[in-house]
Amino acid sequence: MSRQLKFNIFRYNPQDPASVPHADTFLLEETPSLTLFIALNKLREEQDPSLMFDFACRMAICGSCGMVINGRPGLACRTLTSDLPAEITLMPLPVFKLVGDLSVDTGTWFRATNSKIESWIHTDQEFDPGAAEERMENALAESIFELERCIECGCCVASCGTANMREDFVGAFALNRMARFIMDPRDKRKDADYFEVVGTDQGIFGCMGLLACEDVCPRSIPLQDQLGLLRRKMGFIALKSIFKRKG
Amino acid sequence: MAYETFYSDLVCIGAGLAGERVAVEAAAAGFKTILLSLVPPRRSHSCAAEGGMQAALGNCAMGEGDSPDVHFADTVKGSDWGCDQECARIFADTAPVAVREAGHWGMPWNRVEAGKALCFKGGVCFEVDEKPEKQGLITARAFGGTAKWRTCYTSDGTGHTLLYTLDNKVTELGITVHDRVEAVSLIHDGETCQGLVARCLKTGALRVYLAKAVLIATGGYGKLYSETTNTVINEGGGQIVALDTGLVPFGNPEAVQFHPTGVVPTNILVTEGCRGDGGTLLDVNQERFMHIYEPEKAELASRDVVSRWMMHHIREGHGVPSPYGPHLWLDIRHLGEKHITTRLREVYDTCRHFLGVDPITQLIPVRPCHHYSMGGVRINKDGYAYGLKGLFSAGESACWDMHGFNRLGGNSLAETIVAGRHIGRQLVEYLKGAEATLRTDLARQAVAKDEARIKRIIAGSDGKESVYEVRNAMQQVMMEGVGIFRNGTDLQKAVDDLQVIYARSKKVGLKSSGIGANPELAMAIKISGMLRLALCVAYGALQRTESRGAHAREDYPARNDRDWLTRTLAYWRDENGDLPQLEYEPATKVFHLPPGDRGYGKCEIICREEMSE
Repeated sequence: MSRQLKFNIFRYNPQDPASVPHADTFLLEETPSLTLFIALNKLREEQDPSLMFDFACRMAICGSCGMVINGRPGLACRTLTSDLPAEITLMPLPVFKLVGDLSVDTGTWFRATNSKIESWIHTDQEFDPGAAEERMENALAESIFELERCIECGCCVASCGTANMREDFVGAFALNRMARFIMDPRDKRKDADYFEVVGTDQGIFGCMGLLACEDVCPRSIPLQDQLGLLRRKMGFIALKSIFKRKG
Repeated sequence: MAYETFYSDLVCIGAGLAGERVAVEAAAAGFKTILLSLVPPRRSHSCAAEGGMQAALGNCAMGEGDSPDVHFADTVKGSDWGCDQECARIFADTAPVAVREAGHWGMPWNRVEAGKALCFKGGVCFEVDEKPEKQGLITARAFGGTAKWRTCYTSDGTGHTLLYTLDNKVTELGITVHDRVEAVSLIHDGETCQGLVARCLKTGALRVYLAKAVLIATGGYGKLYSETTNTVINEGGGQIVALDTGLVPFGNPEAVQFHPTGVVPTNILVTEGCRGDGGTLLDVNQERFMHIYEPEKAELASRDVVSRWMMHHIREGHGVPSPYGPHLWLDIRHLGEKHITTRLREVYDTCRHFLGVDPITQLIPVRPCHHYSMGGVRINKDGYAYGLKGLFSAGESACWDMHGFNRLGGNSLAETIVAGRHIGRQLVEYLKGAEATLRTDLARQAVAKDEARIKRIIAGSDGKESVYEVRNAMQQVMMEGVGIFRNGTDLQKAVDDLQVIYARSKKVGLKSSGIGANPELAMAIKISGMLRLALCVAYGALQRTESRGAHAREDYPARNDRDWLTRTLAYWRDENGDLPQLEYEPATKVFHLPPGDRGYGKCEIICREEMSE
């Protein structure tokens, strides 16, 4: 017997003066292997064509479809309705600016934050098209990839206690990104340079250690470990600089 | 009618790998550049590329003796001699530089590990001895249709990682990015492209971009089909605005690739790297079959060939029955847990999350589905679009044309940054010499025209057709009539049906209000354009009475080099017509490698006259 699913979906169109934030209820017959990607598209095409939400790859690698699913941030495309109760409540991710309904503007937020933490390889070395590449151990390349797997879906940011309270907190995604660069010998920044960027309350010292980020990360990135390592490293630099000042 | 206007030297429509690589070149040369994107750039379809990019570095043991010459020959054979050999040459020569450059920018390519390692081919284990002097250099894996192991990779997240690397570079250079912006039409005076009208997908407002040069880098047109690995945004937006000028041709629209291993039923791609790393295809009896059809290459023949044999094998009754129709199995179990959880990590995740299948112990259900658009905005070897000055294109959206009628796996990711690098440099030269008189009157006219059309759609002035029903009907016709195997009867029916659906598309009216970032309106604005593309694909396929690469005609099974060593150029000159005008040009001006046998996918060849003796 297939279930009758009841969706409670947050609705608000900021561009429409007549629109007020509210929830709409939709009913949908559950079919085998139904995902929220298929379900939401069915609702849009068959019941309400104005329903706003974001998908692109529909295979959990582009990070477009983060939303709050029964109270928990996650990727809608890979959420099977069979893993949920028959009543499903969908809300847009908090922290990010609302575009409409379930759609939020993650692009502006992530671009600004990546710019703030200078998320790129810093080097004075010019690229030489004629030269062989610099060597790297494969194990190191694999470790970098492990952290580089972040898809900037925003789930860690939306679930973060600090990010929900202070606008300027860079979030677990950015701290993980810094850990990736610290690990990479091609990035010539020094400890003090990294400290400048994330050794602050907007950075690692803003983290309260609640670690919802680790729980909700759809890529299973070891955020807890990375935040811990970064806190220790930045704490050590802070202490060193205090002693230096005194000496 | 109030609208915002942005001025720039270069506007790139599309911020995937090709668009960003061109933008980096222009911005580094000091030109003001704006990147437009339907989604935040890091969510572009480039991120879905998995297995890697081909470049003849020859570092790994199985790549020894590789060179751009060998890569070039593989690419031309892969294209079934449909490619422009000058482009294939530029591509093969530049690919190693582009790979190393990406490494310099932070790409964590997998590296050679010296010593003996066990590998698989066709399910059989063999030993490879990596040389100590190559330790730590960029390594490569096997892909279909290649003589050497040449596909450089970062696990099976190569596209994702490369895109983030490029977007980091874009961030470093401070290039302006406008995401959630969709191109609606190009602004031009019949000779020169002046910019474009676009719609903001956050507010729904129309805006104008005026620029000395416009680049189209919007990816493919996979969403003309219902069963595709493509993302939901690959709707052919760039090809539509170019075709709609009536001046710029759509090159080889009928050249459409079907990938052997789409997952059933979601059409999520599992990388060719699975077979490259030694995975096998099995039938209902869990027996291999590709070696019977392709004794030499087996599972690693080119994609068009493997897809056809898979469908043939299913037609012969050897498919695995399922509620979603018959499929085959992909088996990577023998590669082992360590390999699967490190080098095929995304496949491992995808199978578990979307199928509930653990590929370490279980088989993966697969079936060929639409994957790639070889055709696109026809450009010359330096990226200049035919027919309109100041318009450029690069990447999958373009028909450069290095892929001809079949693209090799690992050559599309490579094309994005190789063509992006090359065309970016040519574009910089163009910008250095370009003085533009930007015509605000043309912009005003273009906006007025688009705005009037949008108002009619919102009001339902021309009818109340449902945009989703029209789209679904189109996708169905394309799947049924313009798929892996084609024939005159079905193609004619497809063209006839598409003409009817095209007429319906002009009567689409909204059910919703159309206010703001309304998704129904976004689809309604482009649905007629998508149907024009579909008509180009179907009509181009109908007229091409031969089989070449991915274009397989059951009624014309031979590759006909005598009459069809050509590239289709589809124009849409008559705004009120319902068929494109087809012209043809030679596939290549220069032959470094004369037409011959590919070495796989045996088919009869009708030779060119001067070569027939």
